[in-house]
Amino acid sequence: MKKYILKRVAMSLATLLLITFVLFVLVRIMPGNPFPSERMSAEQIANKRAELGLDDPVLVQFSRYMANLAHGDFGKGTSLYYGAPIKTVLGQCISNSFRIGGLAIFIGTAVGLILGITAALNKGTFLDAFCTVFSILGVCVPGYVFLIFLQYFFSYKIPFFPYFFDSSRFLFSSVMPALSLSLFTMSTVARFTRNEMVEVMDSDYVHLAESKGMYGNMLVTRHILRNALIPIVTVLAPLIVDLLTGALVVEKIYGINGIGKLMVDSIAGEGVDYNYVLALGILYSALYIGIMLIVDILYGLLDPRIRVASSEGGDA
Amino acid sequence: MEMNENTILKFEDLDISFRTNAGVVHAIRGVNIELRRGETVAIVGESGSGKSVTVKAAVGLLDGNATVNRGKILYRYKNDDGTEKVVDLLAMSKRELRTTINGSRIAMVFQDPMTSLDPTMTIGKQIMEGILLHKRGDKAFAHARALELLELVGITDAEKRMKNYPHQLSGGMRQRVVIAIALACDPDILICDEPTTALDVTIQARILELIKDVQDRLGLSVIYITHDLGVVAKVADYVNVMYAGKIIEVGTVNEVFYEPKHPYTWGLLAAMPDLETDDDRLASIPGSPPNLLHEPVGDAFAARNAFALKIDEKAEPPLFKVSDTHYAATWLLHPDAPKVEMPKELQTRLERAKKEAEKYQ
Repeated sequence: MKKYILKRVAMSLATLLLITFVLFVLVRIMPGNPFPSERMSAEQIANKRAELGLDDPVLVQFSRYMANLAHGDFGKGTSLYYGAPIKTVLGQCISNSFRIGGLAIFIGTAVGLILGITAALNKGTFLDAFCTVFSILGVCVPGYVFLIFLQYFFSYKIPFFPYFFDSSRFLFSSVMPALSLSLFTMSTVARFTRNEMVEVMDSDYVHLAESKGMYGNMLVTRHILRNALIPIVTVLAPLIVDLLTGALVVEKIYGINGIGKLMVDSIAGEGVDYNYVLALGILYSALYIGIMLIVDILYGLLDPRIRVASSEGGDA
Repeated sequence: MEMNENTILKFEDLDISFRTNAGVVHAIRGVNIELRRGETVAIVGESGSGKSVTVKAAVGLLDGNATVNRGKILYRYKNDDGTEKVVDLLAMSKRELRTTINGSRIAMVFQDPMTSLDPTMTIGKQIMEGILLHKRGDKAFAHARALELLELVGITDAEKRMKNYPHQLSGGMRQRVVIAIALACDPDILICDEPTTALDVTIQARILELIKDVQDRLGLSVIYITHDLGVVAKVADYVNVMYAGKIIEVGTVNEVFYEPKHPYTWGLLAAMPDLETDDDRLASIPGSPPNLLHEPVGDAFAARNAFALKIDEKAEPPLFKVSDTHYAATWLLHPDAPKVEMPKELQTRLERAKKEAEKYQ
């Protein structure tokens, strides 16, 4: 198991390095540049390019960038928040996005699991139908539509929750965006949990467990859930990354200074901000790779077939 | 509830139907089966004849869309205080069944060992689970008992195997583990649902021997479900031939094998490959079993029966008595029926088999 994890970590780091390189090159050959040409003279731009070292060969620029990155330095904004260290700005946005996203993941997974398990255990009844309708609605209705709906009822009609994000009342003002963000995850998890559980409940090994005398909660927790969870972990991983990296529209509507909003600003601002695009790209990739790594390790814990195959190098 | 003293399990007029999208399927249409202490009863029949459903009803494993229309499954057991008790398994709640019957008194061996063990749990834990569940002892006891069981079913290196996951064992080994699980709490009755169908032939024989061996040693009563007549001949005392949700012939192994009365049984026996028969083609029963979405009119087998009488199309035959132990549901046994003998080839074949068998007695 230890060897398996070490191998996966090493592979993840290598992947991240490769992605960083590709991102770096792509950003450099992308059309557009960090300088608003209508407000800067050709001479100013040339000076700026020289100052930022943009005239050096790409490989030289890359190694310089990596050297800085090794010290945790993402550089400074080239047009966005001009001159401020990216780390500071990014830190603020990440903190907002992660806290709201984390809340959404928690709500989505917990409620989704409860809904799915309830539906599966009451297969064919009203409860099952209710959960199915809910999941379909949740997948179909975009989160921001739900957010506007929430804003209308719980900020305008009944002025309870704030209209917009207010970082001084963090938890309170996170409720509505987190709820709307969690909707998709909740429905997806509910649907998958239900289907996986129904399948597992009809499997031979569950029948064997029943013929041993297992029933009720014991049967669900010991035999059904563990087997049903394996595929659920797979669908959950990308959903988690999506939620953590912020939902663009929801952040915009609710006025949250998160990384979704930052991403749009860094590309669609006055000029393309090379350093922000890169930093965010690396962050997204690192998150994705990190979560996939955790999923892989979780898989190994949940499913002995994977553990043995990869650590002992074959079937015994 | 009346039941012969030696009878341990009795299916009485069991009638089950399933609600499906296409309509109601009347899968079991009045089945009577009796299992006596220490004996083995086989249920034979084609796929879809209802043999699995019948036994699943006894262990509370019917699918959610099944309805028991009528019938009882009577089970006689000794209480902890030594008194005998007869219960109707169909009248018990699922919870009651799981806590008092499943595993501890009636255990089951499933068809496919590749899918019947939980892939995420070590086999040791899976064996110990039932022992702990029925409170036969503490963890240390369960562990020791599991080791003992693994050795009983012929798994060497039991201590090491306890920590293995199912995927680390071969099919035959897994079926041994399934049998060990079934035997964990000393049940009275072992229900084997095609326990060798998914295994290859050499392993089949060993698993059959194993079941027979533990039956003799532990004094189990066994219900054997199979479509393999060769298996039946090896293990069973009594044979029930099932067709379209009904028992159409029942008798001792010798009666059903050497003096079959029902044309369907003739067909089954003739379809068994045999070394002596000079025929390139394997005999088969023409057609396929009736769709029980539509209630069959008359004898359900009539359409495939070369010996069908006119009455077969109008009325379902009752079980006619051949001997005290042998009954068959065919109008051919009616006193007024024309005299029809089984096909000549089959007759000679059965006689040959009989002589062959006598040599080994």
